[in-house]
Formats: sequence, C-alpha cells, structure tokens
Amino acid sequence: MAGGVAAGLADHFGVDVFWVRLAFVAGTWVNGFGVLVYIALWRLLPQGDAADPEEPAGLASATRRGLRTPGRTSRLPGGDKGQTLALIVLGLGVLLLLEHLGWGLTAGLFWPLLIAVAGLALLWRQADEAQRQRWAGTSPDVPVLGLLLGSGGWAAVIRLGLGGVLLATAIGVFVAQSRGVEALGAVAIATVLALLGLALLLGPWIHRLSRDLAAERRERVRSQERADMAAHLHDSVLQTLALLQRHAGDARTVARLARRQERELRDWLYADSAPAGETLRAALTAVANEVEDRHDVTVEVVGVGDVPMDDRLSAMVRAAGEAMVNAAKHSGSDHVDVYAETAGSSVEVFVRDRGAGFDPDAIPDGRLGVRESILGRMERHGGSADVRSAPGEGTEVQLSMTLQERDEESSR
Amino acid sequence: MKSALTVVLVDDHQMFRTGVRSELGGSITIVGEAEDVDSAVAVILDKAPDVVLLDVHLPGGGGAEVVRRVHQRSPDRKFLALSVSDAAEDVIGVIRAGARGYVTKNITGPELVDAIRRVADGDAVFSPRLAGFVLDAFAGTIEVAQVDEDLDRLTEREREVMRLIARGYAYKEVAKELFISIKTVETHVSSVLRKLQLSSRHELTRWASDRRLI
Repeated sequence: MAGGVAAGLADHFGVDVFWVRLAFVAGTWVNGFGVLVYIALWRLLPQGDAADPEEPAGLASATRRGLRTPGRTSRLPGGDKGQTLALIVLGLGVLLLLEHLGWGLTAGLFWPLLIAVAGLALLWRQADEAQRQRWAGTSPDVPVLGLLLGSGGWAAVIRLGLGGVLLATAIGVFVAQSRGVEALGAVAIATVLALLGLALLLGPWIHRLSRDLAAERRERVRSQERADMAAHLHDSVLQTLALLQRHAGDARTVARLARRQERELRDWLYADSAPAGETLRAALTAVANEVEDRHDVTVEVVGVGDVPMDDRLSAMVRAAGEAMVNAAKHSGSDHVDVYAETAGSSVEVFVRDRGAGFDPDAIPDGRLGVRESILGRMERHGGSADVRSAPGEGTEVQLSMTLQERDEESSR
Repeated sequence: MKSALTVVLVDDHQMFRTGVRSELGGSITIVGEAEDVDSAVAVILDKAPDVVLLDVHLPGGGGAEVVRRVHQRSPDRKFLALSVSDAAEDVIGVIRAGARGYVTKNITGPELVDAIRRVADGDAVFSPRLAGFVLDAFAGTIEVAQVDEDLDRLTEREREVMRLIARGYAYKEVAKELFISIKTVETHVSSVLRKLQLSSRHELTRWASDRRLI
C-alpha cells in the first residue's frame, strides 16, 4: 500500500497481493499488530531490484547525450488503487467496530496512536523516496534537507510538513489527555527549543559530511568507469588498429579485422545476450563468429525465442556450424544468413547462402561433410535435417528438433 | 521511377554522410543534410524529399522524435531508418514513430538504393533482423482478449513472409517460395508494418523494453 511491502511479500511467496493485504488488515484488528509488522518489514526488508535492469553502455550513453528518447515504461499497476482503498476502508471499519465493542485499545490511546502512525508513515515514506533517488544517483547534490526532501519539489515539502504536523498533533493530544491542556504550551516550547538547539549544533556538520560523501562516491564511480573504458579500448580497439596498419595492403584481412572489432564493440556497447553456451541463440552466435573469423564471410544470426542449451541442442549447433562452414567454403557467397526459431517445444535452425548451390542428390565426395556431420548428426540426436539447393540457386540447410518436457521455459 | 529520387540525409556523423553521398550516385539526388533533430525537421519540411534517410540515434531526442515532429506538419513524408545499434527498443521505437523501414548501416550501396526506392514507392523495408524482432514481438503467447484483435495478431501468411525474410530471403525469393507475386509480398509486409505501428498491445512495448537487442 505505502511501501510496497505487501506486493514484495506476495512476489516472494508467489500468492496474489490481495491476500497478503487482507492478512495485514486482519492483523491490525489485534491491537494494531498488522500496522507494526508492516512498518517493521518496510524498514527491514531490502528493496528489490528495480524492474528496469541497467542499460547496456552504448544505449545508456546515447540516452545521456540525448541521442534517443528513452522508452516510456510506466510500471504502476493502475487498477490496484481501488482495491487498496477498499481494504483500508474495510480495515478502518472493523477497527472502529472493535473499538465500539470495547475489545480494542482505549479511545485515549487510539486516536493519538492513529495520528502518530499516519505522521510517521508520511515522514518515513519521504525519507524512503529520497533514499531511493540517492541510490539512483539522480539528485546531483545532497544537502542535508535533501536527505529528507529528495528532488520531489513542493509535493515533498508538503508531505514532510503534513507528516510533522500530524506527529506534533499526536504528541499534543497525548500530553493534553494525560497532563491537562495547561501543560501543552510549556511542552511545545521546550520541544521546539530542544530541536532548534540540536539543529544548530549538528546541522552544518551533517551538511558537510553528506556533501563530501556524495562527491566522493561520484568521483569513485566515474574513475572506475574511465578505467574500464580505457582497459577495453586498449585491449581491443588499439590492438585491432595496430593490426589494421600492419595489414593495410591486404583488403580481406582488413575487412575481417574490422568486422571482428565491430562485433566486439557492438557486443560491449549493446549486449544483453546471455554468456556464450548458455542459450541456443548465444551458442549459435558464438559459432557464427568463429566462422566469420576463419572464412572471411559475414554471418548474420537472427533469433526468435530462445532456450537454454542441452546436449541435443549442442549437437544441433555443431551441425549448424558445419552448414555455415560449408556455405562459407563452397558457395562463393560472402554472406550467410542464420535464422533460429523456438516455438513451443520445436526448434528450427536455417542456414542459408545465395551462392553457387549444388545438386543435393549427387553430393560429391568433397561434400561428405553434409551427409555425415549435418544429416547424420541430427538424426543421431533425434532431429532431422533437410538440404535444399540447386545449381545457381544458393543453398539452404534446415535443421529441426523437438525438445522434451520443457514447454514452460521454452519461448518467450 | 522516371526522375531521380530526392533524399534528405540525417546523421550526426559527417563521415557517414560523406560515405552515403558517394555511394548513392546517379539515380538518387541528395537535396539536404542535417545532423540533429531541430535542423533535420527544418530541412525536411523545407525540401520535402521523396525519402528521408534517418539515423536512429541523433542529438536532440533521436530519430523517432524527428519522425513525430515532421509527421505533425507533413504526415506523408517517408522515412527509412538507418542504425548501427541494432537495439530492438530503438528499432521498434522509430518504426512505431512512423518510419517505413529499417536497415543497418553496413548495408551495401545497391541494397540501400533498392531500399530507398521501395520506401519511395510506399512499401516497407524489413531487414532480416527487423523481421526477427517482429516475429518475437508478435509471438503467439497472448491469451487475453484484445480490443482490436486484428491489429494484435499476424495472419498465417504474414508470419510465413516474415519468417522467410528473417531467413534471409529477398522479396523476390519470398514470392517465388510462396507462389505469390512480389506485389502480394509487398502488401503483406506493409500490413505487418501497419500492425507494428498501430497495435496497442502492451506486450509489444514491454517486449521492446525487456529485450534491447539480439
């Protein structure tokens, strides 16, 4: 409701958020126990990762420099508010009913408590948001007020003020009830004086401390980024440039080196792909890169859906790699298209070139690789392969396989 | 086309603009260049070219912003997006903003001329990668009844065409494979483009932000 605790728990236990909220509301009937638990959890539970993972370096940089409009992804579930409101009203109703029946807290304690809880909730909520923003690193400077205010502007000030007033009212009501109204003035003045003194003593110190901390953190992050960047540029780009100069006369080598560097840089800037070997797509891409390096061709891999690798799929990837090598060596074309599709439990991989082609019924001796390492390998692992080609028409190898019992994690 | 096509070239890299200029000789006339969103909008509205070659990443808000602002004033202007990033989010973003096609920057000169011509004729240009994105985005896992079902689903035929394009088939080869005319292939692709632009499927936006790249 307020801090997302119910939603977090629901997520954790895999139940609908409604039931968790109901449990909390029911908990409040027992002398406000639910509220206490809620607040405790809110304080103690770690905040989950924001749903938005870190952007790849290239995209983040493009966003920062205003080269692209970042995706507007609002993740606030809109229809949730009515339900929450209904729950709160229901909870309050039952609370009042219990009150009426004399089962709950005495009225003298109840109202101050309720107001105090509301005030605290507002204050903490504000601090919570300020903290989140600081973690996200959006507020550039963090003065001491910023700790509480964040960059929320007037809404934050109003919220903060309201929280403070509620809390003060709660204390006032409590004091008035226990000591009589006369004591109220004296207590209020004493409190204000004490707070002022504390603020004067500690304010500047806290202010400077927080500024220094923020500056230091920013500097550290920046220098780490710079170091990473420098290391990467040295490892790959600089080496490639040196190689390019040494091979300046050899067009094929230059093209190959440039292509490889492009791939690496692209990977580094924009990658979100799984580590090689973990999923079908990543494995195919790895094989395709190898073929590009060895045979002076470009291999473009396009994938739809993805699956985690297993033994049979690695056989399929090896067969696909063989088909790519064949296309690179024999077709005479300098471009190979690879398309992998996972739909439900069936996986298909197509490897296609627009080169010379051949007559598949008369596979010459030199092409024994096709029969053995592609057709044979697929059949041994329970899949199938089909070669379509005709002289002058290019070649397309189709590999198919059915996965067993993994339907729920297959495609997305 | 009878007369040479006119093109405005929008890219923030001078070197790339020079390269494209030298590659597009003859059949295509470059009537203007721009290097950021504001100047691009001004040049395009001024020159009214047949096709705008548009970089996805541009200072001032990106290619999608250019398409949006030009289309407010001149809804018929045609855009072909060029990108080096290949990030699905950006590619789909610029297409949904109103571009009629997407090609990568390492496309060869003749292929680029061909793509420009196709866009000028009012057709859509899908690279294998874009076709892959589309198939992924419209993957058949959606169960919820949608308001406008036609927009949220690809027909069997459109899916077939997209699959062949993703497999590296040119339009001509797709036509031959499916025993249909090239014109029919173009119609299917245009219809997929329309769905991609108009579908409000929330899956589509979520998908695009989940998967930034292949």
